[in-house]
Amino acid sequence: MLGEAIIKGLAVTAKNFALSYVSPERLVTIQYPEERQPLPEATRQFPFLVYDGDDPHAGLRCVACQICEKECPPQCIYIVKSKDKKPDHTGKPQFYPAVFDIDLSVCMSCQICVEVCPFDAIKMDTEFELSTTDRFAGLLYHKEQLAKSNAYYHKIHPTEAAEVDARLAAERAKVAAKPRAASETKAAATAPAAPPALAPGAAVAA
Amino acid sequence: MNAGSDTQPTRHQVRPKPNREGDWLEVSMGPQHPSTHGVFRMDVVLEGERVVRLKPVFGYLHRNHEKIAEGTTYLGSMPYTDRLDYFCSMTNNWAYALAVEKLAGLQVPERAEYLRVILAELTRLQNHASLCGFLLQDMGAMGTPLMYAFREREKILDLFEAISGARMMCNFMRFGGCRCDAPPGWLEQARRVVDNFPRFLDEFEALLSENEIIMARTQGVGVLPRDLAINAGVTGPMLRASGVNYDVRKVDRYGIYDRFEFKVPLGEHGDTYDRYMVRILEMRQSVNILKQALADIPPGPVMDPKAKLRGFRPKPGEAYARIEAPKGELGFYLISDGGPNPYRYRVRPPSFINLTVLEDMCLGHTVADVVVILGSVDIVMGEVDR
Ligand code: SF4
Ligand code: SF4
Repeated sequence: MLGEAIIKGLAVTAKNFALSYVSPERLVTIQYPEERQPLPEATRQFPFLVYDGDDPHAGLRCVACQICEKECPPQCIYIVKSKDKKPDHTGKPQFYPAVFDIDLSVCMSCQICVEVCPFDAIKMDTEFELSTTDRFAGLLYHKEQLAKSNAYYHKIHPTEAAEVDARLAAERAKVAAKPRAASETKAAATAPAAPPALAPGAAVAA
Repeated sequence: MNAGSDTQPTRHQVRPKPNREGDWLEVSMGPQHPSTHGVFRMDVVLEGERVVRLKPVFGYLHRNHEKIAEGTTYLGSMPYTDRLDYFCSMTNNWAYALAVEKLAGLQVPERAEYLRVILAELTRLQNHASLCGFLLQDMGAMGTPLMYAFREREKILDLFEAISGARMMCNFMRFGGCRCDAPPGWLEQARRVVDNFPRFLDEFEALLSENEIIMARTQGVGVLPRDLAINAGVTGPMLRASGVNYDVRKVDRYGIYDRFEFKVPLGEHGDTYDRYMVRILEMRQSVNILKQALADIPPGPVMDPKAKLRGFRPKPGEAYARIEAPKGELGFYLISDGGPNPYRYRVRPPSFINLTVLEDMCLGHTVADVVVILGSVDIVMGEVDR
């Protein structure tokens, strides 16, 4: 019969309309700014720098090794290495970034910087409402804006942060276990490109 | 123009006849036309409502993907492949990872292979669902089927976000495996989505598949003959709608596709309706594959322990790897000279090559049909222009 399929189709729309009042399966719209969808833990938006403790400068994990700067596909990270050194979380003197800028308008949220960082210093944030009226400088984030505490990291990615903490604690334990034992390997251990897990022994404790 | 011979098929072309002055009208369709699926332009020559010539114009979205990839590390190109066919980042990742794995001789662990199949088939589901929605929208079924398809797609994108962190630009596969394992509960959630998918398909089909208007608009429209499809290198659902049994999953059996039981749906007429139906049937087959893969997935690592993230340099050589992406055969060709970045990087994009037969399918049809035929090709401009 001509028009049979049209009636069948309309029955489907009618069913969807009626059921949208009862079944959450069919009622999927969220009134965004007021209502928010819970984000999965793996969500990633833009990178931030992690610091331990309370002081964003003293606790900053980044040692300015510039691996992420080299690996970032659109080249949106800009780092200037410091002249002096400060102790890192194991107490070893390390460089720190005098300047660490990320141009978030270029960043494509690919997470490669996070994967290549050997020091667990850069992680992905879940913040996405970053719109600004300043076209050029507004999205160029500096070290001060990028540095966020480890507590914040635990809040947004609890599982991942716990793993990272365990890894760092193991590293610190290793350093504490053999103080000054391997001072001759200092040169190798402080070579910035060597990931700490592979660095032989430990360096001088501060 | 071609005289033709015994071995060379004659290819007749519609040429402008010395007609009455002003009978022909050249129209530029796109690049901002809502039905051209992105920034795509067609130079259409019309005689009344009928198309007598059609020239596709590409390049509005050219981003120099291949050249950029020759300047960045192997890993650095991975997120760029997401942006080729931005509907199917998982399959793009897989094709590229497969090429690099061939080049570097990496082994993919069992669990990662299963994850890849699951993610690729989910990608196929959401790509075909939204394509069918867009196609019906192009025919004037404004909104409703598309929104139903997007509602379903959203559930799959939620799965992608939970596993990879991003809904569309997943950047999930790595050379030698996957970036991370599925979070707890993910596989159960995936099972739920897959189990409910056939219900959506039934509903979607009840909505419009038998509709008289749809049949009138699509049956016999945009016929792609079998021989032309083969000669032009058309792949994917378009080729199968023309009745050619060619599916890279069956032909190459890359990954672990030889372990799954599934059929390859074939069309008979090669018209727009067949292309639509082949995709619907393919979704049903994908559900089959997914059910098997989700039942069998073993525990274990997801990364080859030999794989390196930093300082990755495959030995000199070349490799071509291809997979059956939702849109057709997606291939990556790489030449390595032993350096940290490829010496040559080439993408074989399915929708670009499928688009080359557009004129042959459109000749003689009306402008309204051109929109429908283009919709049935399933193009994404990110991949066509690269
Ligand atoms: S790779 Fe890590 S430690 Fe090195 S500069 Fe980047 S954020 Fe800092
Ligand atoms: S997320 Fe990707 S694009 Fe953004 S800073 Fe990190 S490496 Fe660069």
